[in-house]
Amino acid sequence: MALLTTLKSIGNYFREIYNGVTSLARGMRVTGKYFIQPSSIVTQQYPENRATLKMFDNFKGELILKHTEDNEHFCDACNNCARKCPNGSIEVISKREEGPDGKTRRVLDKYIYHLDMCTFCGLCVQACDQSALEFSNEFEHAVFDRNNLIKQLNHPDSKVVEKQAETKEPNTPTV
Amino acid sequence: MEETLVDIDFKEKEEYIINMGPQHPSTHGVLRFETCLQGEKVKYIIPHCGYIHRGIEKMSESLTYPQLLHLTDRMDYLSAHINNEAVALCVENAMEVEVSDRVKYIRTILAELSRIASHQLWWSAFGMDLGALTTFFYGLRDREKILDIFEETTGSRLIQSFITPGGLMADIHPNFQRRVKEFITYFRKKLPEYDQLLTGNVIFRERTLGIGYMSKEDAIDYAVTGPSGRGSGFHCDVRKLAPYSAYPFVQFNEITYTEGDTYHRYLVRMKEMWESLNILEQLVDNIPQGEIMLNLKAIKAPKGEYYQRVETARGELGVYIVSDGAPTPARIKYRSPNFSNLFILNKVSANHKIADLVAISGSLDLVIPDIDR
Amino acid sequence: MYDFSPFIDSINSFFTSNFSPFWASVLLMLLLGIAILAFYAVLGLYLVYAERKICARMQNRIGPNRVGPLGLFQTIADLIKLLLKELIYIRNADGFLFNIAPFIVIVASIMAIGSIPFAKGLQAIDLNIGVLYILAISSMGVIGVLIAGWASNSKYSVIGAMRSGAQVISYELSVGLSLLCMIVFAGSMQLSDIITSQQDGWWLLKGHIPAFIAFVIYLIAGTAETNRGPFDLAEAESELTAGFHTEYSGIKFAFFFLAEYMNMFIIAAVATTIFLGGWLPFHIYNFTAFNNVMDYIPPVFWFFGKTAFIIYVMMWFKWTFPRLRIDQLLALEWKYLLPLNLLNLVLISFLTLMKWHF
Repeated sequence: MALLTTLKSIGNYFREIYNGVTSLARGMRVTGKYFIQPSSIVTQQYPENRATLKMFDNFKGELILKHTEDNEHFCDACNNCARKCPNGSIEVISKREEGPDGKTRRVLDKYIYHLDMCTFCGLCVQACDQSALEFSNEFEHAVFDRNNLIKQLNHPDSKVVEKQAETKEPNTPTV
Repeated sequence: MEETLVDIDFKEKEEYIINMGPQHPSTHGVLRFETCLQGEKVKYIIPHCGYIHRGIEKMSESLTYPQLLHLTDRMDYLSAHINNEAVALCVENAMEVEVSDRVKYIRTILAELSRIASHQLWWSAFGMDLGALTTFFYGLRDREKILDIFEETTGSRLIQSFITPGGLMADIHPNFQRRVKEFITYFRKKLPEYDQLLTGNVIFRERTLGIGYMSKEDAIDYAVTGPSGRGSGFHCDVRKLAPYSAYPFVQFNEITYTEGDTYHRYLVRMKEMWESLNILEQLVDNIPQGEIMLNLKAIKAPKGEYYQRVETARGELGVYIVSDGAPTPARIKYRSPNFSNLFILNKVSANHKIADLVAISGSLDLVIPDIDR
Repeated sequence: MYDFSPFIDSINSFFTSNFSPFWASVLLMLLLGIAILAFYAVLGLYLVYAERKICARMQNRIGPNRVGPLGLFQTIADLIKLLLKELIYIRNADGFLFNIAPFIVIVASIMAIGSIPFAKGLQAIDLNIGVLYILAISSMGVIGVLIAGWASNSKYSVIGAMRSGAQVISYELSVGLSLLCMIVFAGSMQLSDIITSQQDGWWLLKGHIPAFIAFVIYLIAGTAETNRGPFDLAEAESELTAGFHTEYSGIKFAFFFLAEYMNMFIIAAVATTIFLGGWLPFHIYNFTAFNNVMDYIPPVFWFFGKTAFIIYVMMWFKWTFPRLRIDQLLALEWKYLLPLNLLNLVLISFLTLMKWHF
């Protein structure tokens, strides 16, 4: 009996070694398989593939104020976006100006966007009644000076779109 | 040389104290273990947290509910969708509104995708903790597929702020369902590879089997939830106990093991990835039509106290809101799973080797910003 | 064919005929030293490059590809960077020992290279106890590791150094015993003799299963001796940040780093010499046409080809397996490798006695 148990334990000893070695070989098969498959490389060579690199449409790169071809934007300086922003990344500076019909009204002077503070939550875009804002796909934000991240979003000499601002009723929030 | 406090301690008690962290490869963030060693053996450890405390709960008191949501992403950043969902559900309960089935389905799909992504990252990092460096790249390679799905629909990869009180920020992308289905078939092929590389490996089994035993009682006493608790036989899956969103509509198993060692905590997560794939498969083809955002005049909780719990990738996340009827909460408290899970570490890793401490803390799957908030 | 001895002899006679015996030997040594150092540096750098490329391929990556074509100059750029880096002075470190440790490590591996036969006659020194010499010299490196860990005055470093000490002392046994098996076959400790004894077939092939077992044990123990994954406990990145060289910076760190790769080369070169016939070409018994074709490939290529294969296998180990724990590491040696090795030695002695090997 004693001999049998001894033999059994010796058998177990060798079986253990065999099982261990096969389990190691199985792991090596996985890495070895990828070693001989160049097609499995997933690296994207970033600066080289800039021409072909396309972000998803929805990608939130940075906030922009939409401008038409005539250099007109849709912002009526209502300040909703700045109020919705959780960390004060948006400053809407407006001024009083006489409209075509003779009444004074509020128009956008400067739309300041602090890219360095933005957390890309998208509440500003959601809050905008005029759908004047959107996120662009631009993602190369690296600059040498932090001040360069404070951007003015309305283009120089741009105006608010005239017709729509007057005739259109304020929309319900579109999502 | 001046004697510091640690030096005096060390001389009087003859203890060999090393500080693992706050900058250490195995703490996955800024966490510090004050580790007392006896040779290679760990006598006790004292976790020091607070290195990444940002005061999220206090900050939330000055933000409206939709605004404070973007802070919850930054607690447990690996299950950002699920954190968002917790706050969204809590506010919706307070306002006594119910979102459409479509929203529920999409929320659940996103939550399960983040669970898989989170487990993939955990698997990668766990392998690396144990010295198998290749796992890291395989896990992240597959996680990219999920992040691509997220990016296409939500616009961001890691921190999405997509699920919001009242619904979702936007509708899903037309490609969403196709991509999720592609991912399910893709990942079902890759998961057995994970097993071949790590689960079956004799060195891995030796390193984890029987290491860091946590009894069911300990798990309950320390409130260790999530896969770490389920590895000890603690039935704590909130998705089963208090189903929310679309979980009542799907069939899935709660994975539990009674062994309670590192290896079985590992197995729970591996099996959970399979379960999550099953959940995704049941949901992705049946997303009903419906509105994406409830038309709410103002999102604010009426006066009162509200609590909602959800199952994140690492355990039970509770959101406790005290409201005085204002648009901002009077007080908000998160019961974060990692905070509870962390403090079992001293108990389970005492009398193990340093290498085991790394394995055990890896198997608890700690995300440090969630501990400190 | 391809015998280097006339070439070496001509250099030798050039020096002895033109200089006094003393200066001849000094100049020869100098020449040899420079040759070995240059070889060492270039090979070390390209082993690092090879490892980075190989692990990249295993991990679905490309690896270094920015500096030079295919990133071939990447490691040279790294070396220049390390040379230019500040050598950080550690307060409360034992200055003398701290500075000398990297040199001990690197000197040990340079000395071992001297006795490796790269081709017929291409060997700095052909000692009659070559195997013993290599064993003795290569285990000297651990002294450097121990000193480095101790002198750094860092807790992580000490743990790393102690682990390394325990590890090398244990695995030295297995390396020695598995080489001893082959010495029993070959009947000599001189490396050139061992190679000549494999004229009619490599020991791995003609030594039956015991030779194969000895080879596998040698690979495992050799990997452990070089402190490489899965036996990289002395560095154990996730536990001890960088183990014994945590506090080293700049070129001193580079010494440790290079020595690790060169030790890997030495282990592979010894395995090639003793198990795989060194620079001898691969022959199939009585297949003359094939054998003649094989003979046309220069022995240097044979040597480096076989060595590269073994290095590749060692890298494959490292990038697949998780790290062992210190007690498991010692259990593997004392409970599995050593008994197997002793059994193997007995078997091989029996085989040799009965002349059952081919």
